[in-house]
Amino acid sequence: MNGLLHQISSGIASGAIYASVSLALVMIYQATHHVNFAQGEMATLSTFVALTLIHAGVPFWAAFVITVVLSFGLGVAVERVLMRPVMNAPVLTSVGVFIGLLLVINALDGWIFGFTIKAFPSPFHSAHPLLGGLVSPHELGETGLTVVVLLLVWAFFRFTPLGLAMRAAAHNPVSARLCGVNVSRMLGLGWGLAAAIGAAAGIMVAPVVFLDPNMMSGILLYAFAGALLGGVDNPFGAVIGGFIVGVLENIFGAYIVGTELKLTVALIIIVAVLLVKPTGLFGRAVQVRV
Amino acid sequence: MNRNRSAVWGGLGVFAVLVALAFVSSSYHLFQLTMLVVYAVAVLGMVVLTGYNGQISLGQGAFFAIGSYVTAILMANYNWPYWATVPVAAAASALMGFLIGFPALRLGGLYLALTTFALAVAVPQVLKVDALSGLTGGVQGLTMDKAEAPFHLPLTGDQWIYLFTLIVGGLMFLLAWNLTRGRIGRAMMAVREQSTAAEAMGINLAGLKTRTFAVSAMLTGVAGALSSIAVQFVAPDSFNFFLSITLFVGLVVGGVDSIPGALFGGAFVEFLPNIANEISKAAPGAIYGAILIAFMFVMPRGVGGLLSRLARRARKPAVAAE
Repeated sequence: MNGLLHQISSGIASGAIYASVSLALVMIYQATHHVNFAQGEMATLSTFVALTLIHAGVPFWAAFVITVVLSFGLGVAVERVLMRPVMNAPVLTSVGVFIGLLLVINALDGWIFGFTIKAFPSPFHSAHPLLGGLVSPHELGETGLTVVVLLLVWAFFRFTPLGLAMRAAAHNPVSARLCGVNVSRMLGLGWGLAAAIGAAAGIMVAPVVFLDPNMMSGILLYAFAGALLGGVDNPFGAVIGGFIVGVLENIFGAYIVGTELKLTVALIIIVAVLLVKPTGLFGRAVQVRV
Repeated sequence: MNRNRSAVWGGLGVFAVLVALAFVSSSYHLFQLTMLVVYAVAVLGMVVLTGYNGQISLGQGAFFAIGSYVTAILMANYNWPYWATVPVAAAASALMGFLIGFPALRLGGLYLALTTFALAVAVPQVLKVDALSGLTGGVQGLTMDKAEAPFHLPLTGDQWIYLFTLIVGGLMFLLAWNLTRGRIGRAMMAVREQSTAAEAMGINLAGLKTRTFAVSAMLTGVAGALSSIAVQFVAPDSFNFFLSITLFVGLVVGGVDSIPGALFGGAFVEFLPNIANEISKAAPGAIYGAILIAFMFVMPRGVGGLLSRLARRARKPAVAAE
């Protein structure tokens, strides 16, 4: 029983990471109907930047904040330079650009920072075991921080005028523009925010999975599964979906398929969701006007 | 009619040149040519899917792997002759394509791209699994015997493998061409252009898309089978996610909606690694990515699109003169 509880708690810890990346994906999907296949690689790049800062002697939390801000800039830049010109192009074009970006960032990571697997320091330490030894200090701290980030994002969208404007721009760009919302600036902001959330997730997961250029590829896959499970048009659902996928992945990995097939669990979840409830747990069926 | 006739002559001409190359190339170049044709068939599967039906697969490497492994398992474990394994590999990949396509293609949009992305990441893991290692050889993979020329033909093994690949590949190109220029091809394009209108015309959207995906998976699976016969070795790590991405880049470079373009795509997939290594040893992946982004912005219809535009321009003065 203790074993199962342990699997669930570490599932929630990795679920928090998946939830963040799912949220970043869904934010961009809602605003642009593009799936950012490069989301994971962008987060990996941010994590490398953070590690470089830490090695240069910057304190952990200062490095965290600097990296998140830089990533925000990276997100805005990607939107401006790469996505803006192909906004109305066919789907293939945007997928091609995202895959190209994935390849470029992945190769640059390896080129600049090397392909060796690197340890990443954790900011969370504790002298005595927590919750009866059920969770490690890092798991607890990482989950807590991610939940705080998610709550901040929610509060931002729910209670600030800027958040409202961003939701309006994503939901109905034409009407939003008529009401005086600068839709193009909102798109840039959304991309920046998604990249910043991804960066935070990358820094939080790196102490667990170690840092190398392919760190996020598996995590991105679980985030896809989480986003589909929660409903690809519902940010709240995507977060819940991310947590569920984290727990399922750990339980399946520990008791059913073994760790060597963990990634296949993501594929099974995706196919199962598409078969049983394609709108996801919290999504709405979209009616298209012809 | 006229265009069909010139396409037939063009295709036969290319085929004849490729056959002639069998008798003048060294065995190293023969192997490269064989792999070029293999990758061209793999890319052809994506042309049918993406170019004609408008669906995107990021996991075509998974079907390549299935085709390869079916051939390898039948040859290494059950002593099947190489030629008999190709139809089985084709059927297995088509079936897998149907099973993956069925849930993903009931919905529009990016669901197929997402599902195939997951498939491509998961397949190498499944191939490595211990429980299946009696069949798949696990991490070590499987080794097969080299095919020899039948009927005492005076050909070396390399020449025969190349010609065999060329014959099967030629048949696949013929199949794709016939499929896309007829009624089914028009239905596929109608779905790509305006799915609502196509549905109103009585086309079963999900059915057509799923069957197109099965054909696409079959073509790529046949390519995998041919590659097994040529390489005589399979291992899980040759079918990683990067293979799917490379095939996708090949598709874009060759031209998404161009059947002859698939040959250029195949050449790109076969030869780019050498060129990329020469440009930058440190980051060959960056070159793939940069080429992909550049094509999307500058030449979204690829080399095939460029060629068909040139052909049209060459034909125009002749029409005006008539």
